[in-house]
Order: sequence, then C-alpha cells, then structure tokens
Amino acid sequence: MEWYLPVIWAALIGIAVGLYVILDGFDLGLGILFPAFPSDRHRDLMVNTVAPFWDGNETWLVLGGGGLLVAFPRAYAVLMPALYLPVILMLLALVFRGVAFEFRWVARTSKPWWDLAFWLGSTLAAFFQGVILGGLIQGITVAHGEFAGGPFDWATSFSVMCGLGVVAGYALLGATWLLIRTEGDLAERARELAKLLILAVLAFMAVVSLWTPIASQHIAQRWFSRPNILFLWPVPLITALIAWAGWRWLDTGREVLPFLAAIGLFLLGYLGLVISWFPYLVPPALTVWDTAAVPASQIFTLLGVVFMLPIILGYFGFVYWLFRGKVREGEGYH
Amino acid sequence: MDLDPVLLARLQFAFTVSFHIIFPAFTIGLSAYIATLEGLWIWTGTDRYHLIARFWTKIFAVSFAMGVVSGIVLSYQFGTNWSRFSTTVGNVVGPLIGYEVLTAFFLEATFLGVMLFGWNRVPPWLHVLATVIVAVGTALSAFWILSANSWMQTPAGHEIKDGIAVPVDWLSVIFNPSFPYRFAHMLTAAYLTTSFVVLAVGARYLLAGRHTEEARTMLRMAVGFIAIVAPLQVLLGDQHGLNTAKHQPMKIAAIEGHWDGSEPGAFHIVAWPNMHAERNDFAISIPRAASLLITHDPNGLFPGLKSVPASDRPPVTLVFYAFRLMILIGFAMVGTGWVGAWLWHRGRLFSTAWFLRPAANVWWAGFVAVISGWIVTESGRQPWLAYGILRTADAVSPVPAGIVLTTLILFIVVYAIIFSMGIYYINRLIHTGPTGPSILPAEHGLPSRPLSGAEEAAREALGR
Repeated sequence: MEWYLPVIWAALIGIAVGLYVILDGFDLGLGILFPAFPSDRHRDLMVNTVAPFWDGNETWLVLGGGGLLVAFPRAYAVLMPALYLPVILMLLALVFRGVAFEFRWVARTSKPWWDLAFWLGSTLAAFFQGVILGGLIQGITVAHGEFAGGPFDWATSFSVMCGLGVVAGYALLGATWLLIRTEGDLAERARELAKLLILAVLAFMAVVSLWTPIASQHIAQRWFSRPNILFLWPVPLITALIAWAGWRWLDTGREVLPFLAAIGLFLLGYLGLVISWFPYLVPPALTVWDTAAVPASQIFTLLGVVFMLPIILGYFGFVYWLFRGKVREGEGYH
Repeated sequence: MDLDPVLLARLQFAFTVSFHIIFPAFTIGLSAYIATLEGLWIWTGTDRYHLIARFWTKIFAVSFAMGVVSGIVLSYQFGTNWSRFSTTVGNVVGPLIGYEVLTAFFLEATFLGVMLFGWNRVPPWLHVLATVIVAVGTALSAFWILSANSWMQTPAGHEIKDGIAVPVDWLSVIFNPSFPYRFAHMLTAAYLTTSFVVLAVGARYLLAGRHTEEARTMLRMAVGFIAIVAPLQVLLGDQHGLNTAKHQPMKIAAIEGHWDGSEPGAFHIVAWPNMHAERNDFAISIPRAASLLITHDPNGLFPGLKSVPASDRPPVTLVFYAFRLMILIGFAMVGTGWVGAWLWHRGRLFSTAWFLRPAANVWWAGFVAVISGWIVTESGRQPWLAYGILRTADAVSPVPAGIVLTTLILFIVVYAIIFSMGIYYINRLIHTGPTGPSILPAEHGLPSRPLSGAEEAAREALGR
C-alpha cells in the first residue's frame, strides 16, 4: 500500500493535468491566435466555439492543483514557493482572460481593449504554464524537504523556451480545434496556421529533447543507457510519424484528424517527460514516495475520486455532445 | 525599510479571501432564492415569479463568474504563501478541499450552464432541477470549506506524528466541534445577506414606482424571511459563541475585552483595549453581562486574556470591534424584519416611506456582517493558524518579502479593475430591472455559452 498508493495518485494527477492541458489548451490557443484573426466576425465565432466549455475545462486545473495538495502535500509545499512568481502571474492572466471572455461582448467602445486582454491573458497563461514546466524539468533546489533556492531560479533561457513551446503547442491545438468547429475562410486560415504551428511545435520538441539530456546526467542515463534505449527509441520516431500524418491530414482537408494528431503530439511530449523524471515529483530531489500524504489521507480521497470521477466525466461528455457541430454566424446572442 | 514576510503574506491572503467571500456569500443565497422562485412558478403558474427569477439569474451569472475566478486563486495560495501549512496539516485539510472540488465545484460549473441557458432547451421541471442542483452545489461547497476552516479552529480526529498532523478518524475531522455551529451560522448568514439585497432592490423599485408587482413580491419574500431567520441567526450566533468559549477561550476573551479571569466579566459596549498595559484604557460597560451571556450566570467566571502569555493572545481591538459591528448589524436585521412584518400585517408595507427609504439602502448589511464575523473568527484564532498545532508565523512560505509585496500590489490592481467592472454591471442591471418577455422566443437563437447570461445581462444593462 505504501508503495503503490502514491503511484496511483501520481497517475490520477497526471491524468487531470493531461486533461487540463488538452482541454484548456485549445481554448487558450484560440486566444493566442487572436492577432492572426483581426476581424471581429472571426473572433466572435472563435470565442463561440469554446464558450460552453471553457469554464469546465479550467476546473481540471483546480483538480490538478488540489490533487497535489491532497496526495503530495510536501511536493505542493516545495513547488509553489519555488515557482511562486510564474504561478501567480499565470493565475492573474487566467483571471483577466476569464472576465475578458464575458466583458468583450458587453463592451462597446472598449471591445478592442478586452480583445487585447483576452489575447494577452491567454498567451501569458500559456507562457507561464510552460515556464512552470521548464522550471520543474531543470530541477528545483531542495534542502531539508523545503525549497531552498532563490525567487528567480525558474527564470532561465530553458524555461523561457519551454514557455514559448507551450504557447506554440496550445496555438496548434486551437487552430486544429477550429477545423472541427468552423468552416469557410475562418477554417481555411486556421488550416494554414496549423501547418506552420506543427513545424514550430516539432522544433521546440526537438530542442527540449536534445537540451535536457545534455544538461542532465540523469535524463541522459534514463534514455541512452542499456537496456532502456532498446525500448525507448520508438518514442521520437512515433512523434515524427504523427507530425507527418498531421501535416498530410491538413493537406487533404480532414477536419477531426489534425486535432487528434495535435493531441497525440502533446501526449507523446508528456510521455517523454514522464520517462525522463518518473518517479521524481520534484526533480532532482523528491520522489512520489518522499512527498506522499499518509495512506489514510490518500485512501480517503481516492474513494471520492473513484466514485465521483465517472459521474463528472459523464456530464462533461454530455455538454460536449450537446454543443457539437459547426458554429455558425448569428448563433447565440451576439 | 524592512518588510515583514509574515505580515505581507497575511495581508495578501486577507485581501484575496475577503474579496472572494463577498461573492459566495451572495451566490449561495441567490441560487436558493432563484430555485424557490422557479419552484413557485411551476407550482402556481404565475409568470411574475418567472420574470423575477430570470432577472436575478442575470445578476447571479455576473456574481458567480467573479466568485469563480477569485476562488481559483485561493486554491493555489495555500501553497504559494503558506507552504508550511500544507506540510504540517495538508494530510488532514487537503482531502476536505479535494472533496469540495469533486463533489461541488464540478457540479456547480456544469449545471450552471443549464441554469443560465437551458430556458429554451430543457423542460421547465428540468430547469428547476438544475437550479436546485446549483443551489445545493454552492451549499455543499460551503460545507467542505467550512469543515476545513473549522478544523483549523477546533482540530479533532487527528494525531501529531513527527510534528505533522495525520488523520485518525475522518468523521471526527469533518464534524469537528465547531463545524456544525460555523456551518449553520455561515449558511444562514449567506441567506440573510441575499435577502437584504432583495429587500433593498424591491424597496428601490417601490419608491421609484417601477416594476411594482415584482417589487411587492420581492419585498414580501424578503421581509417574511428576515423576520423569521434573523432572530434564528441571533440564537445560532449565541450557540456558536458558547461553543467558542468552550474550545477557544482566548477568542471569547478578546471579543469581550476581558483581561482578568478571576472576576465576572462585564459587557463593554465601547472600550479601548490596551494590549501593552493589559487592560482597557476606557470602557462603557454593563457589569456582569458578559458572564451572563457566556456562562448564563451573572457571577460566572471565564478565562481572561492575562491567563496566557502575551504571545498567545489575539489582536484584541480588531476582534473586539469587528464583533460589535457584526452584532449591531445582526440586531438591526431582526428589527428590520419585525418592523417590516408588523407593517405588512397592518397592510402598510408597500406605502410606508420611512421604512422603504432606509430599506432601499441596506443592501450592504449582510456583506459587512459576514466580513466582520470572519474577522472575529480568523483574527480571534491568532496567533494560531491551526489552533494549538501550528502558529501563523511558522506557516509562511520561504519566499522573500519583496516578492510577496509585488504580487500583493498586482492582486490589488487586477481585482480593482475587474471587480469595479462587475459591480458596475450589476448596478446597471438592477437599474434596468425585471423587464422583457419572461421566455425568450425560440427564433432568438439558442444560447450556447455558460456565462453568456452575464453578457446578455450586461448588454441589457447598457441598454443595447
């Protein structure tokens, strides 16, 4: 029990974070793409494609953060102070973007300002999520179970690059999402953008994949030592294949498959990170077992998860099903 | 200048949590009010109830959105600013917050969509059900959060291992000694807060001679509710106080400005507590009245502040005055309810200007009482974060003061912009009032966005 409970919880939080990244990824992506769609008509349509979902999508972020507090309080207690500024800046960006969602419709003369807030809020939220990821990958200074580094440890060229990579990735999710939910010139433009973004995302993934083993002995060992490499060599190959397939599907006018390819790229990148660092939750110092809550706490909340998660997923699916299909102009109130 | 990181972290949390509580205090009550109106609409078939429900739903949407965005911030601040709190008591408090997300947060977020936009998409009974689910979801959310807070006040069901609190008995953790009182007191406070907003809006319309029928319904419902529930709240508050006297005697000593436990306590109407000299510099008092209230015996004794070292005492002046502000508003609420009920009985409720004029301006009463009450209970718990387990000063994150100050300023700026816009929209909505067809014609298009009720509302507010 002491051994596998933390692993179950790590998997659960991994799923919550993965769902968050994909779900909020595409709606943050639309905000990131705003400058590429200057017309008011396009922007209204774009926002309408995610309007029924974005609030629920963001709830997964609370489950991810809350889950960390529930299951790994010591990791939560180290990571939050270590990544203090990017976490708070991300939250403020999300606050701004959340209200801009609503206020851009009600504003008259100030609508361009709320559009700007929507774009900046979405982009900065995505960027700081990437910075948080980068700060985590590059390792956190820990002494006596507490964060022992400086307030700007996270601010490296590596984490900034991760931030830009996440911005590009979310933009790709957003562009391919638009292929599913829109049509006409808006969808065509999204298709063109998606091609550029696939290249950008591949480039960022390649840089991270080369940079981390060079910078970290641990990651180099994990990937290149025998017998690991025998099992792991297909990971980059499959990534390249999915990117190639996504490009083909964009070329051949497919509507749903490019979005699935974008999700596939995200999942593989995520898998790569898990391979690099599991079982460390606060690399390079603390593992899932070092930081786990006592079994009584993990079991108690796990019961709630086992019971509630299927129900939550049920009504989540229902809402997505209810609002399926292409969004057309004039739909909704606007 | 030397900045104190503990003080700054406390200021930051006090700011974000005070701002947040305004919205749940309102939306817990408002969702229940809307559910009641919809139930009456179905039951009686009276369109007026439906019109009023739709009007308040718009205001609900704006308030709920602000409650959500300010709430997400809090769930991360436990870690960013209070990391040693997570380490020390996370094993006990964490799961309570986890259950809040699992059972309440997702529930509210999802059925909110049906509540705001389902008018044309689902049959009326399903709409009522969705509204009831949202109302239950908000109350359930309060259940878990208040359980976590109460555990910090009166910890139970745990043991300390290597300086860390670990759970032993979850039922004792959840239903810790102060939880039932705090939950009942806060839930009632939320309902009263909402009824005073409804009262004020109804009175405002009656005075202006607009939306008269709707205003009368609002006024009747508000006055009836206040007349019964405000006195009940005083009783609940008294019980809550007795519970506090049992478990947190220093909080009660601070509330009463009671220094010397060897003498019966007087009730000080006004006083100037001097923490340095360990006495009240000045006081207007009713002798033995505090002993009568707390021990139900004029000669009863209860511990004074001097029974513990100065380092274990809460900030007396703040707790003392916040408490007096709260009970002043509480008794004014009882008075409002009873005077209103009497006027109603005499058939003069809708025409008595000396009642309507002040009533139209008391929408803030519940909010001020709620925040005062929270100041009493949170400041009164000091210097402890988790009573007897962890001191506030020991819980703070290892983050430099300058960084905390920077984010504090950012929070103030961002919240000021966003909340002033929100309040502005709500006020415009109230100004516009319950108008328009009670059910939108289908060709209006189907609403497709969970929060676009706020937008529709704001549009109407702007007269578009």
